[in-house]
Amino acid sequence: MTAFLQNCLNGLSIGSIYALIAIGYTMVYGILRLINFAHGDIFMMAGYFMIICMTDLLIPWYISIILVIVFTVLLGVIIEKVAYKPLRSAPRMSVMISAIGVSYFLQNFATYLFSAQPKGYPAAEMGFLSKTVQLGSISTMLVTFITPILTVLIVVGLVALIKKTKVGMAMRAVSRDFETARLMGIRINRVISFTFAIGCGLAAIGSVLYFIPRSSVYPLAGSLPGLKCFVAAVFGGIGSIPGALVGGFLIGICETFIKASAYSEFSDAITFVILIVVLLVRPTGLFGEKLKEKV
Amino acid sequence: MSEPILKISDLKVNYGGIEAVKGISFDVPEGEIVTLIGSNGAGKSSTLRTIAGLVKPAGGTISLQGEDITGKDPTAIVTKGVTLVPEGRRIFPDMTVLENLKIGAYLRKDDLTDDLNWVFELFPRLKERSWQAGGTLSGGEQQMLAVGRALMSRPRVLMMDEPSLGLAPLVVRDIFGIIQEINKQGVTILLIEQNANMALKIADIGYVLETGRITLTGTGSELLANDAVKEAYLGA
Repeated sequence: MTAFLQNCLNGLSIGSIYALIAIGYTMVYGILRLINFAHGDIFMMAGYFMIICMTDLLIPWYISIILVIVFTVLLGVIIEKVAYKPLRSAPRMSVMISAIGVSYFLQNFATYLFSAQPKGYPAAEMGFLSKTVQLGSISTMLVTFITPILTVLIVVGLVALIKKTKVGMAMRAVSRDFETARLMGIRINRVISFTFAIGCGLAAIGSVLYFIPRSSVYPLAGSLPGLKCFVAAVFGGIGSIPGALVGGFLIGICETFIKASAYSEFSDAITFVILIVVLLVRPTGLFGEKLKEKV
Repeated sequence: MSEPILKISDLKVNYGGIEAVKGISFDVPEGEIVTLIGSNGAGKSSTLRTIAGLVKPAGGTISLQGEDITGKDPTAIVTKGVTLVPEGRRIFPDMTVLENLKIGAYLRKDDLTDDLNWVFELFPRLKERSWQAGGTLSGGEQQMLAVGRALMSRPRVLMMDEPSLGLAPLVVRDIFGIIQEINKQGVTILLIEQNANMALKIADIGYVLETGRITLTGTGSELLANDAVKEAYLGA
């Protein structure tokens, strides 16, 4: 029973981190119809930013978190301006290849700067986040406990932003129809930058929550989580934020339980089996919009 | 006659490597209904899209009340009071009718209540359906929504690209009635139409566009009576 509860909590926690990253995929896809393959690597870079801030510059953790978010957002917005914006009217395939290029660039760049050796994440200095708490028979880091709550709050805020605010309305308009959005006076490049900023901000938060209990960062650290979060986004229906949340939770929980079972070696493989099955049964995912004929 | 609100001089537009508009000049006097008629591919849409800032012209100038607005981006053009109702309506189908209207006023920071009431007065049907998703409206209602959305930016010049496209004749009559009503309330109209008959009936001035050039100019009734126009566009 204890093991079951422990797995539930861990699954929920890793699942919400996946959800935060999956939202980045889903939002960028929603607006640009682009799978941003570099997203997982942006998440990895956020891990290194934290190491630089805390280990090299000795900045306290609560300020470091803010700096990490700021730098990750900047990185994402710059990537969009340099690698995607010039290809705005190019075929979608070109932009996708550009995204793959950015992904490799970031991995190699991180290897060049920080070497391929894992670097220790300054988890121990992160105040109450890395404290161990005892809840009945379960013991866990406080961050594992906070993660799902924080994620749900962020998603609620994000949905409200998109549904209720003017900038949210602009995002919905741009995601639907660039040209008509421009005719309304919307500056689409600003809206796109804003979308990247949100996606990367969430990846930065996800990165902090992810690396604290894992304690080291290496240049390929974003690659597999990135891929899994992409699966989560597709699973929930790419373009849908609640879908990304549900997809992230499901994949996180599945993975944790498989890892705890006798088949732990297959946990990553099973993630992709889930993807294949979902695509066969519901090609647009759980919450994806049905493909409509353009009238 | 006073200075026209919109003055197009020697406008050239390239579109996909083709010279779609080959140096046209025309005036849109304030408070009037001006129509450009012509067949498919004559360069009508390209002209409007260029004025709206969606396409950069290859040459020539566009001026709004003496101010050069050539090559400005759509945000600047809308701010200055020139709004385009695009071909095919292009409303946002997932947004409610009310949201569609509000997004038309995206650049405005003042109170929208009066303008919403004005649009709902012009189009009572939109008021009844203000909570419905735009995509659930009929074609005619969607066209009304597209016009209403454009009016929410408080334009001085309203440009319309084929508002009658794909609509039943009775609905077209309604729409044209409303265009006249909007014009009476002080909005200058620049209309392009393949339905030359309807357009010329309500227009003060008409221009005939053929393969990127203006070939005929006159008042609406003059053009309606013109034999060449009759033969080419009115099917007489």
